[in-house]
Amino acid sequence: MRRIPPNGGTPLAGIVACAALALSLTACGGDDDGGSQGGGTAGLEGRGPITFVTGKDRSGNLQKQVDAWNSDHPQEQVRVIELPDEPNDQRQQMIQNATTKSDAYSVLNLDVVWTAEFAANRWLVELPMASLSGGSGGSSPQAEKGKIDLSAMLPATVKTGQYRGRLYAVPSTSDAGMLYYREDLLEKAGIAEPPKTYQEMWDACDKVQKLPEGEDADCYFTEVNKTESMTISAVEAITAAGGSIIGPDGKPALNTPQARQGLEFLVDAKKTRMPKEAVTLDTEGGRRYFQSGKLVFQRQWPYQYALANEDDGSSEVAGKFAVAPLPGPDGPGVANLGGHNLAISAFAANKATSLDFINYLTGADAQRANLLATSQAPTIAALYDDPEMVKKFPYLPVLKKAIETAEPRPVAVKYGDVTAAIQGEMYDAVTGKKPAEQALNDLQAKLGPLTAQ
Amino acid sequence: MTTAPGHPASAAGSPAAGAPPGQSANGRGRKGDVQGTRRLAALLLSPTLLVLALVIGYPVLAGFRESLYARGEGLDDQGFVVEGDRFAGLGNYTAIFQGDRAAAFWNAFGNTTFFTVTTVVLETVIGVAMALIMHQMFRGRALVRASILVPWAIPTAISGLLWRWIFQADGAANAVLREQILWTADGFPAKMAIVVAEVWKTSPFIGLLVLAGLQMIPREVYEAARVDGAGPVQQFWRITLPLVKPALLVAVLFRMLDALRMFDLPAVLIGVNQKSVETLTMLAWFEASNLRYGSAAAYATVLFLYIAVIAYLFVKLLGADIIGEARRQDRGARKGARKKVTA
Amino acid sequence: MSGSLARRTLSSLGFALVALYSLAPFYWMTVSAFRRPQDQFDNTIIPVRWSWENFSAVFSGDNGFGRALLNSLVVAGGTTVLTLLIGTVTAYALARLDFRFKNAVLGLIIATTMFPGISQLVPLLKLFTDIGWINTYQAMVVPSLGFALPLSVWLLTAFFRQLPFELEQAAMVDGCTRGQAFRKIIIPLAAPGVFTTAILTFIAAWNEFLIALSMVNKKEMQTATVAISKFTGVSGFDQPFGTQMAAGVIVTVPLIVVVLVFQRRIVAGLTAGGVK
Repeated sequence: MRRIPPNGGTPLAGIVACAALALSLTACGGDDDGGSQGGGTAGLEGRGPITFVTGKDRSGNLQKQVDAWNSDHPQEQVRVIELPDEPNDQRQQMIQNATTKSDAYSVLNLDVVWTAEFAANRWLVELPMASLSGGSGGSSPQAEKGKIDLSAMLPATVKTGQYRGRLYAVPSTSDAGMLYYREDLLEKAGIAEPPKTYQEMWDACDKVQKLPEGEDADCYFTEVNKTESMTISAVEAITAAGGSIIGPDGKPALNTPQARQGLEFLVDAKKTRMPKEAVTLDTEGGRRYFQSGKLVFQRQWPYQYALANEDDGSSEVAGKFAVAPLPGPDGPGVANLGGHNLAISAFAANKATSLDFINYLTGADAQRANLLATSQAPTIAALYDDPEMVKKFPYLPVLKKAIETAEPRPVAVKYGDVTAAIQGEMYDAVTGKKPAEQALNDLQAKLGPLTAQ
Repeated sequence: MTTAPGHPASAAGSPAAGAPPGQSANGRGRKGDVQGTRRLAALLLSPTLLVLALVIGYPVLAGFRESLYARGEGLDDQGFVVEGDRFAGLGNYTAIFQGDRAAAFWNAFGNTTFFTVTTVVLETVIGVAMALIMHQMFRGRALVRASILVPWAIPTAISGLLWRWIFQADGAANAVLREQILWTADGFPAKMAIVVAEVWKTSPFIGLLVLAGLQMIPREVYEAARVDGAGPVQQFWRITLPLVKPALLVAVLFRMLDALRMFDLPAVLIGVNQKSVETLTMLAWFEASNLRYGSAAAYATVLFLYIAVIAYLFVKLLGADIIGEARRQDRGARKGARKKVTA
Repeated sequence: MSGSLARRTLSSLGFALVALYSLAPFYWMTVSAFRRPQDQFDNTIIPVRWSWENFSAVFSGDNGFGRALLNSLVVAGGTTVLTLLIGTVTAYALARLDFRFKNAVLGLIIATTMFPGISQLVPLLKLFTDIGWINTYQAMVVPSLGFALPLSVWLLTAFFRQLPFELEQAAMVDGCTRGQAFRKIIIPLAAPGVFTTAILTFIAAWNEFLIALSMVNKKEMQTATVAISKFTGVSGFDQPFGTQMAAGVIVTVPLIVVVLVFQRRIVAGLTAGGVK
């Protein structure tokens, strides 16, 4: 099949290219495309060079994997395009590419919260999903050629790649918050088990803070600075209380007692249990605070585990902490999902190659290598039970549990507006600028038009 | 090229004000020359105008057109965004001044104005002081001049990070002050942090330009004044300031225009969507990053109008057209200085 | 004599003050760059343990930082040369020639600096995509030129105006053409101003980020600021603060050294052949 010229060319060239594309589709397309309709899975044609657009390759592992692919596929070379480290900048570059309808980007590495926006704007092609009906059944990956087999992946992660029941992105990494706690201090205070409820957590703090070692330690920290982290903390607090920010009917659900209970937890925690400078601490700030030994409990991502265990003098708590699932009001809490998914740009050439490459990068072998090299959480369930992995990353069982029960952030096409509104109102409530009730009402009013269909 | 009805300079004085007085005084100003001069002027101006038309003019026009349209935002029953732009007339503009968005707009308007006034005043004072100090020195001037370039030379994103780190709760600023101020949280201290970082970064800009202006003042002028016994303070007000005024005013004017469009520094140092430091450009950015390009272009146009008004007032209040009148003033100043000397 | 001593003391004091003001935060940046990554958040005045780790991380193989510095040099250098060429002739016309609409032209030129840069990005990206300029130097140089010209033209006009007219006229009476008078009289006399304008232009182009990021998707073409934005920690959460500070030092110091080395030579070169 012909390639669309790299720079789009003149409008005329674009039309010619489109016509060529349409012709080639009618000529050879649509063989086993069956039932899937809309979104254009029929577009997954074409083989040849592609690009993989992602944040920076942190460990060199990605380049290794791409090199391996390239030596096996001399006609279908993959070039990595690295974007800035800042997620906002990554999204902006991808959107610019889409608004100019450039074919420079083929496979996109998307944050889980961008799926809805990208899919609804037709910037992604729908991906052919192998029928999930079999589940644990014997359908081998090879059985349905050209389709994506998601049965090995954690279902919660698969949900993040879907929009309105259709698959647009394949989960490649996942993430979820866990409760980091000072095992040593709890032990000294005579507490054997990590807390399962907020009350148990506060009680444990009270005991620990009576110890000489725990005198000037703060009790708890979850991020409450006005960033995406605020949204995550709010979603976790509200879902733990049994509520949600956007209900199952797609409408905001903040006028519920559960939402109120959730937010009040955050407000109280900030007022009585968190460090004074909590509102200025970002994810890294929280890590430093924990590593300085001034914190008993902390909600944090898995990446901190290895760093806080470094014995090079950077961490006061190396070997002194452990992780547990997040607590909730009356039992275990609900974590929020992070992670990244791989998708194909609607304007890319060589979509068939792109699909193969996605299958390659999200396959069990590649994910295993990635976990070992970067400690990014995989989406393949079996890796969490692999003894070798668990030995290297002792938190994996806790993390698996967290991801299995995790909830995504609100799914919204206008996610940028939605999260900005959540951050603003929640921040006002947490910092005491507004009563919780009023913040919830205001947020309910703001989210109404943003989520209207 | 632009849609601005009154750009500052043209409104500031009659076109004739631009004529250098020397030209007519000299016998060579003949009528036959006028056409040749015009042709030469057109030739010399065209490269600049061409580049600006391509790089700024075209995007601005495209943006203005965009500001009259709204992108489809509704979803069809499949959940896809309904494609196609809709002509919105002035809808994007009026929306800025309605409801929640009006509050956000006036907040950003206030922040932008506050930052511009405080930073430009501070950096003018500091910059002029720097230039005077450097002009006094003979040994080591090159070294100091290079060192004051440092703040200006560090990329904004990096200096934003540097100051973010300095202003953290456990950072250097609090260590020096022995206080625990939450600079980087949304609130008044965040404003102060921006002002400090911005003034630090941009004072050298004014300092360097004023120094260049000082270096171009003929030495005889000072010598004459000194012989006459004019004190340093008198020299400053009567000679130095009037003579560097053109360069200083241009420097200050461009700093104002930059400050009014401030974006990077608050975005990196404090973050986006923070009420206390949100500027008008950040509002436009937020709209664009949420795909409301029409609305973003409307914000940009409103900001442009505001900036044009400020620039116009600046030029008006500081006495006529900066460029056109400059020479006349500095001749006057020079004459004044000489007169005083000979008196 | 005592007056001169007091003066010298005062000016040294001023010297110290100016240097302290400019360099204290930069000192902090440099010190942070020299800390070991694990000591990154110390507040000691000098690093407890010195380390080159951050600097070697900047140049580690897959960053392509050396190449990025070279690209920045090409883009900023090209922008500066073009800005000076185009800017000086335009400024000359505005300062020395008598024609109508002069103020309108000046107003038009400054009006182009009144739009936020981000609003120009998408139209330019579309344009450059259409004409095939993606991944080229000109896609970065031309916009930087457009951003730099207004300030340069206004400044140079102000500087040219500051010079006495009589000199140029005398030269022309002596048989110089207008061009010769410009080259031999105006430019040398305005050297400090021209040089300062050049420095400011170079720095602005050197630090440009948004255009360079959007117009280029090939690593071999990216500039230093874009490369820095791609620095990353190990996990995506941990911020590579030390590496970024080291990169800041690396992009700033050569700039300062170049200014130091060249400022005399350039100014001297420009002044040579002048009347002074």
